[in-house]
Amino acid sequence: MWTTKTFLTKTKRGNILKIVREHYLRDDLLCGSAACNTCPHKDDELVLETSPKSPCALFDFPHYLVLDTNVVLHQIDVLEEDALTNVIILQTVLEEVKHQNTAVFQRLLDIISNKKRKFYSFVNEHHKDTYIERSPGEKQNDRNDRSIRKATSWYEYHLSINSLDGKFPKIILVTDDENNRKLAQEDGIICCSIKDYIENVSGFVGLVDKLSKNVMPETCSKDALYPAHLTPSQIHEGIRCGQLYQGTYHASRENFLEGNASVNGFEKSILLQGHIGINRAIDGDIVAIEIFPKEEWRKPSNIVLEDKTEDPENILEEETVLLDAAKPVDNDDEITPTGKVVGIIRRKWRQYCGILMPSKFHGATRHLFTPAEKRIPRVRIETRQSEILASQRILVALDSWPRNSRYPLGHLVRALGPIGDKDAENEVILLEHDVPHARFSEAVLNCLPPNDWTIPEEERQKRVDLRDVCVCSVDPPGCTDIDDALHARRLGSSDGLATYEVGVHIADVTYFVKPDTALDKEAASRSTTVYLVDRRIDMVPELLSSNLCSLRGGEERLAFSCVWEMDENANVLSTKFHKSIIKSKAAMTYEEAQIAIDDSSRKDEIAKSLRVLNKLAKKLKKKRLDSGALLLASPEIRFQVDSETHDPIEVQAKKIVDTNSMVEEFMLLANTSVAQKILEEFPQCAMLRRHPAPPPANFDTFLKAARQQGFEIDVSTNKSFSKSLNEAVIPERPFFNTLLRIMATRCMQQAAYFVSGSLAADHYYHYGLACPIYTHFTSPIRRYADVVVHRLLAASVAGAGPHAALLDARRQTALADTLNYRHRHAQLAGRASVALNTHILFKNRVEIESAVVLAVKRNALQVLIPKYGLEGPLYLPSEKFTYNEEEHVQKCGDVVLKTFDELTVRLSLDSSNLQHRKLVFELVEPHVPGFSYVPDAGNMEVDDVAETAAPSSEKTHKKREIPAAAAAPKPSKKRKSRRK
Amino acid sequence: MPAADLLSSQGLRLDGRRPNELRRIRCKLGVFTQPDGSAYLEQGNTKVLAAVYGPHQASKSKMSTEAVVVNCQYSMATFSTGERKNRPRGDRKSQEMSMHLRQALTAAIKTEMYPRSQIDIYIEVLQADGGTYCASVNAASLALIDAGIPLRAYVTACSASLGRRSATHEPLVDVSHIEEAADGVCLTVASLPSTGSIALLEMSNRLHMDHFNIVLTRAMQGCRDIEVILDGAVRQHLAEGWTKQDVITI
Repeated sequence: MWTTKTFLTKTKRGNILKIVREHYLRDDLLCGSAACNTCPHKDDELVLETSPKSPCALFDFPHYLVLDTNVVLHQIDVLEEDALTNVIILQTVLEEVKHQNTAVFQRLLDIISNKKRKFYSFVNEHHKDTYIERSPGEKQNDRNDRSIRKATSWYEYHLSINSLDGKFPKIILVTDDENNRKLAQEDGIICCSIKDYIENVSGFVGLVDKLSKNVMPETCSKDALYPAHLTPSQIHEGIRCGQLYQGTYHASRENFLEGNASVNGFEKSILLQGHIGINRAIDGDIVAIEIFPKEEWRKPSNIVLEDKTEDPENILEEETVLLDAAKPVDNDDEITPTGKVVGIIRRKWRQYCGILMPSKFHGATRHLFTPAEKRIPRVRIETRQSEILASQRILVALDSWPRNSRYPLGHLVRALGPIGDKDAENEVILLEHDVPHARFSEAVLNCLPPNDWTIPEEERQKRVDLRDVCVCSVDPPGCTDIDDALHARRLGSSDGLATYEVGVHIADVTYFVKPDTALDKEAASRSTTVYLVDRRIDMVPELLSSNLCSLRGGEERLAFSCVWEMDENANVLSTKFHKSIIKSKAAMTYEEAQIAIDDSSRKDEIAKSLRVLNKLAKKLKKKRLDSGALLLASPEIRFQVDSETHDPIEVQAKKIVDTNSMVEEFMLLANTSVAQKILEEFPQCAMLRRHPAPPPANFDTFLKAARQQGFEIDVSTNKSFSKSLNEAVIPERPFFNTLLRIMATRCMQQAAYFVSGSLAADHYYHYGLACPIYTHFTSPIRRYADVVVHRLLAASVAGAGPHAALLDARRQTALADTLNYRHRHAQLAGRASVALNTHILFKNRVEIESAVVLAVKRNALQVLIPKYGLEGPLYLPSEKFTYNEEEHVQKCGDVVLKTFDELTVRLSLDSSNLQHRKLVFELVEPHVPGFSYVPDAGNMEVDDVAETAAPSSEKTHKKREIPAAAAAPKPSKKRKSRRK
Repeated sequence: MPAADLLSSQGLRLDGRRPNELRRIRCKLGVFTQPDGSAYLEQGNTKVLAAVYGPHQASKSKMSTEAVVVNCQYSMATFSTGERKNRPRGDRKSQEMSMHLRQALTAAIKTEMYPRSQIDIYIEVLQADGGTYCASVNAASLALIDAGIPLRAYVTACSASLGRRSATHEPLVDVSHIEEAADGVCLTVASLPSTGSIALLEMSNRLHMDHFNIVLTRAMQGCRDIEVILDGAVRQHLAEGWTKQDVITI
């Protein structure tokens, strides 16, 4: 059993170091085949069948497949299909894949762990008969290929000597490396390429479409359109010498021939322009960049450009429009470091949703695919099902982008559903934003308590009984996942001031979601509940989110309470945390609560309690604002949705009442109190939330625009910023201040979760809320961060030892990264859903509305319609308008358009492009002859129809209000989450 | 804090061992003639020499009337690590090692039998690949036996760490250098396996209480396994007959 082999490797770590490692070779590794009778298998270790049926017409005998690394790396989509079974994955391959692409590695592991697929991973590197040593002068790659061949022939031999009846499965080596195939044939191994194999597999429709196209080597320069990328070693050398820089490429949404890359050490990101400058980088890739000398630096073109060409085959079109537009002007502070991509360090390709643009030639197999995400170029795919797919949303994976191809090459993964179908469109939104939305698995559902669960006796004894306290919850209408409730009561007085007991009670989700269960893992991977306009993708199953955890009125529920003693000036005298049992007296909407407060005839306990809360909240808010908290805004709308078709009927801006801010204040207070407590208890691993102060450069355009309106905004600190925002009011334009706040919101950084040990204490600051530390505690039903915080808090108050993973700083940091990622994408998905529904709403409508200018671009204005919270470009033709770069204004005759101007625009939906249906804005006022839209009678009629249509449907359908998806169900929280 | 990639999905460690397997141990007693007892021990790529002098009369200043004074010196050869070491002994780490060695060995020696005397134990690490402390204790244990010093029991040492395979945690015995460097926890135990007592317990990094017991159990099991190997080596050494040196001293 103890055979040992040591081998030597040289690695570079500044200087050359000799590393000696042990490498044990074993004789107890199993081959995993049921056809073998020598290996001491246990039953569950038999993965490969005795006599597998061959799926491939080329080989009519039973066989196992051995895959080469290149096959796994490029054809993972094919492997994920059920077509191939009885496959041996060698450890050599597994390690090479892990080294080259962790995403593919993870997918491969998933396949291996799926028992039905019969994939067996064989540890050939530690098997005494299959281990080979690298011979002198042999490249690592060649050694690995040799080791794969060695293992293949060993399998063949092993199965043949051990079969009793002379019948045994053959082994077929599948590799796309010609040289490897040749050598294998010399060794007497049957081999073939994956293309040949898959094309002869019958019974799986569309399998061939998933084949990844063969990759052309970078060195081949035939018909090359693009310059070659540097090799990894050249890139490495270049970066080390400081000639090249590493950065993440971000394509521009507006201009397909422009992008930028953020590089360490440069304040501004590096501008990349044109086909050659971008050189086949795709949004998200990590690229190596060469930066031009200063004379050649340019500035962002500031124009909107779409890839409109009709399948130009392989030609690069002229780029003069772009380059003219970006001619540099001396002493312009907008000049940006410019460079070009010279190599790709790591591709960050994922699968993309979009639609097929069938080729004009009937029966062709090569088609173009247009992704839904504008930052991704079109993709060339091959399929024989183009007629069916043309009307579908499809999912496509990228394979490669050879030098001689105008577009990257890809292959079909699956069809999602008909274009325009609501489910398919929602699916697109979810996939594009990487939202896990599969049904909860059996394992997860098994973790749930029974439907008729009631509070067990031992819990009653452990918890503080608050059932007699007058607790109530205040939420938006239609909210079913109520995760917070409040109470307040008069205690007495001290120092002449009245004192109150105020409690915030949060649903005790962690009682049901125990650490390291399937349910917990699923919730952690989902991280947050995602709200689309007509659908909610829950983080935890509905039984918990809408029933057992939801603090519904009149029902006994488990809660985690945070109870303060406060004086009447809202100073906190003491804080305590404990688990409790509550029985909410009422679950109210914001408006109901507001009515209860305002109606002076109501003298009941709930109304009294609400009035105290309201009074204290106002004082809390004042304190918070005095210390520099920002009041920001973002356009928010709610859809009224038809209860049967789920189509939106009407949009309206969201109403904000006092009670919104009342709940918000106490949630903020609870979050801050909890943050202090857990940080004190766990200085190294508390899950907190920070909001970094935005860098001054972010404010440049904003300040310029404000100055044009005659306001000087001081952004040096959040306090002065808040103050000058408050003073910037134009009495005759009530919306102006809100608009200013909307613009200010966009200058902000993203707030993020982090683990306290990973940052210095002065980075904990929350800029938007102006509080030194902050966390999320109040919504454990819909955010996983809160679940973590609950566990930490429980450990610090109950004295029960915290669960091991909680204290693992590295795991917590990784978790915080996932949470941030998911959180961001959930927000984006919500917004995408709002956009989708806006499009549906405007399908048959044309409206004339007032709008404001948010930004002035070279060839367009970015306008916002306050009524709908809609935003979009209003294109201005360059022959009529002249653009002044210094001032950021567009001029035509005596009409001057600048930021914050109010206009009237006409809105309609342009459905000519099914993929990107977009709202078209046309200028109505101020009137520019020959450009502005002149309303005529016909259009007014359409408008009227739309107006009358809404009320009539109100009678026939019961209307449901669903909050606009841009965020949470609760308007107050939604505003918070967006700016934190 | 279990490091994620110490265990492959097939349950093998980086060097091909299973979690409960020790590295290959090879040892030899009586490798030198000058000292009273000596031993050479290899634990994988960690190679250690131990030499024992004494018991002899202790110097006045150190002398104790109750028990023998155990004096340990741990030193690492300059060529023992990948990057050349500048100071073979006397640095903080070596001093700490010496102290820990002394603690473990004193626990095993029947110190009360030699009042006013002193035993010197010299340890030289020739090659270090993780677990130098364990190898040193094991080698010293053999050298003490070779020197004929009465012991309560074999004293052996073994380390253990914690790996993660999918969702379950699995303790790893006899940690090698790459595993040590992977930022995981490393628990070192020196024990007298036949009596079940622990002479020294040391842990680098933090380990959650929930996992502590399984890691400790695995390390103790490692100590017992090592004892069997050492015992075998001692018996074989004796079976080979008296060494030349033994003959001379008689």
